[in-house]
Amino acid sequence: MEKTKSKDWYLSSFKAIQESLNGSASLTTNGKSATPFHDIRKQAIARFEKIDFPTTKNEDWKYTNIAPILNYNFTPVAGAEVSAADIEKFLIPNLKTSLIVLLNGNFSPKLSKIHLESNGVRIESFRNLLRIEPDFILEHFAKYAQLENGFVAFNTAFADDGAVIYVPDNTIIDNCIHILNVITAEAENILSQPRNLIVAGRNSKIKIIEGYHSISENVSLTNVVNEIIIGESAEVELYRIQNENLNSFHINRTQAEQKKGSVFTHYSVSLGGRIMRNDTNTVLDDENCTANLYGLYLTEDSQHIDNHTLIDHAKPHCQSNELYKGVLNDNSRGVFNGKVFVRKDAQKTNAYQSNKAILLSNEALVDTKPQLEIYADDVKCSHGAAIGQLDEDALFYLRTRGIGKEEARTVLIRAFANDIFETIENEALHDYLNNLVFAKLK
Amino acid sequence: MLKIKDLFVSVEEKEILKGINLEVNTGEVHAIMGPNGSGKSTLANVIAGRDGYDITKGEIIYEGHNLLEMDPEERAREGVFLAFQYPVEIPGVSNAVFLKTALNEIRKHRGEEELDAVQFLKYMKEKMKLVGIPDSLINRPVNQGFSGGEKKRNEIFQLQVLQPRLAVLDETDSGLDIDALKIVSNGVNSFRDKNNAVIVVTHYQRLLNYIIPDFVHVLVDGRIVKSGGKGLALELEEKGYDWVTNNEAVTA
Ligand SMILES: Nc1ncnc2c1ncn2[C@@H]1O[C@H](COP(=O)(O)OP(=O)(O)OP(=O)(O)O)[C@@H](O)[C@H]1O
Ligand SMILES: [Mg+2]
Repeated sequence: MEKTKSKDWYLSSFKAIQESLNGSASLTTNGKSATPFHDIRKQAIARFEKIDFPTTKNEDWKYTNIAPILNYNFTPVAGAEVSAADIEKFLIPNLKTSLIVLLNGNFSPKLSKIHLESNGVRIESFRNLLRIEPDFILEHFAKYAQLENGFVAFNTAFADDGAVIYVPDNTIIDNCIHILNVITAEAENILSQPRNLIVAGRNSKIKIIEGYHSISENVSLTNVVNEIIIGESAEVELYRIQNENLNSFHINRTQAEQKKGSVFTHYSVSLGGRIMRNDTNTVLDDENCTANLYGLYLTEDSQHIDNHTLIDHAKPHCQSNELYKGVLNDNSRGVFNGKVFVRKDAQKTNAYQSNKAILLSNEALVDTKPQLEIYADDVKCSHGAAIGQLDEDALFYLRTRGIGKEEARTVLIRAFANDIFETIENEALHDYLNNLVFAKLK
Repeated sequence: MLKIKDLFVSVEEKEILKGINLEVNTGEVHAIMGPNGSGKSTLANVIAGRDGYDITKGEIIYEGHNLLEMDPEERAREGVFLAFQYPVEIPGVSNAVFLKTALNEIRKHRGEEELDAVQFLKYMKEKMKLVGIPDSLINRPVNQGFSGGEKKRNEIFQLQVLQPRLAVLDETDSGLDIDALKIVSNGVNSFRDKNNAVIVVTHYQRLLNYIIPDFVHVLVDGRIVKSGGKGLALELEEKGYDWVTNNEAVTA
């Protein structure tokens, strides 16, 4: 059976490489871990061994069959050689950024261009920070992203590199921080497992872009985990752009933890990938928090995109806004599952959720499931889903004004899609995302 | 310019137009009146090229072309324009961008230079003044949240911008207040010239005081049962449709 084979492959590769992984330089001879970090890793691999990768029998994976991923034995690749010119096309025009480049999940000091705007800010490689300041990592690592599915356990067990961003209290970072993930052309079946940690201090502000791209058309697996801690009254914007090749697999877990009065705004743009799965979760852990989750996906061929979100309203007077939109062509398939928990304590919660999709072909399909669990009584929650074809009346209207059929379709699809980006204030970023969408529609 | 010959049209097996004959020449204004559900919008939609109609018999010749074989956009580029009875709202598409795209498609087709943003703005401003379209409507998404009257005015604004050759106005007067009716009528009248033609579909004689037709046709149950000059509209207003249906045999 493929499945068992795949699990065993990763278990044995764990045994083989665990000593070379960071934070575990000297395993003691009696089999005990030398570092607390390695303890977490070992717990994670034990957990992975027990629960394995999810199957469609698991309710949360019911519509996403990951079996195709298990047909490959993916392998991490270190020391990739890529030139600045190779990644030029993945940069965002007219946008000043601090650039962290991760090649197959490994920090590239050569390609990264980090500007530390003010004192105390850290923009670092996970591996490096674990070496020089393990306590910082240990304070947060694996504290938020629970190991409830095999992919998170898998990432945690192999956690080796990625980006760490720390912004001290009362600090505003003007430039966006771009975590540019590139799968190189070095090998087939590359496994990339970045582990990112973002810690925003009180009253701080940051904008982070997480881009995913591939250089070749080779099959690859990206399995990334983000843990984000947003301090009191801090504002974090996170833009995830999945634009890897159409043979690639992408699994993502983003887990945010919000302190009092904080704002988390997340844009997820999924364009490239054969199977893409995002679990975007945030816990509103104190009063007056806001979470904005926006998503857009454009799919073709037999692409599969699954967006699972979980907004946990734990405390009163918080609000969440959620809008996900999809445009699906050919045989592609979309899944949306929006969980909203409103705990007993969380009075005066405002939770709004909407999810819309346009099906451009008869074969495209969307499964959508809002899941509101409300235990408080004084709340405002709403959800809506609208899945349909392109508006024929609008199409006809445009055509009667001389706009050709294809052009009219594009105009309508763009209008549908681009409104997701309306709230983006940064013009360069806004234009970049619009253009990405436009390029995919062409 | 337009010749409709013995046109039969069905929707979902239901026959709606039952042998329409109509000839429109350049410089003419034709009014079509008739009770609800008689087929006026169906005729307008078939001229503009909407899907979903079965043309079971007959033909439409426009400027020597077989109109029924052309796509809606081709018709538009060749100068056919329909002002919709119910203009469509298009969220996310700004009115100005939409019109610039449309105008340039049409200009391209005519072999004219496309207008750049500055030229278009200048041209558009003139037209806006003509039909009293405020700036606020221009930058909004097409028809979205427009009042009934604003939508109708926007149709006439488009007519002015695109300068078609054959304009079919489907109840452009309904939902307009008196002032708006005058403005819209002026918009249509200033468009009229000896090289184009207008078909106005209306329920109200009132409009025809402003847009004076050369011919009035009465459409009842899919047939033109009576045609005449502008006096016919007045007579209809006075006597009602019963009068024509009872006299159906008299005309043909
Ligand atoms: N798509 C359709 N499916 C079914 N019936 C239709 C369709 N379109 C039109 N009809 C029917 O055809 C008939 C003519 O409709 P049409 O809209 O042309 O009338 P009209 O003369 O414009 O009426 P009004 O004055 O109310 O605008 C009506 O009975 C209408 O219900
Ligand atoms: Mg009608």
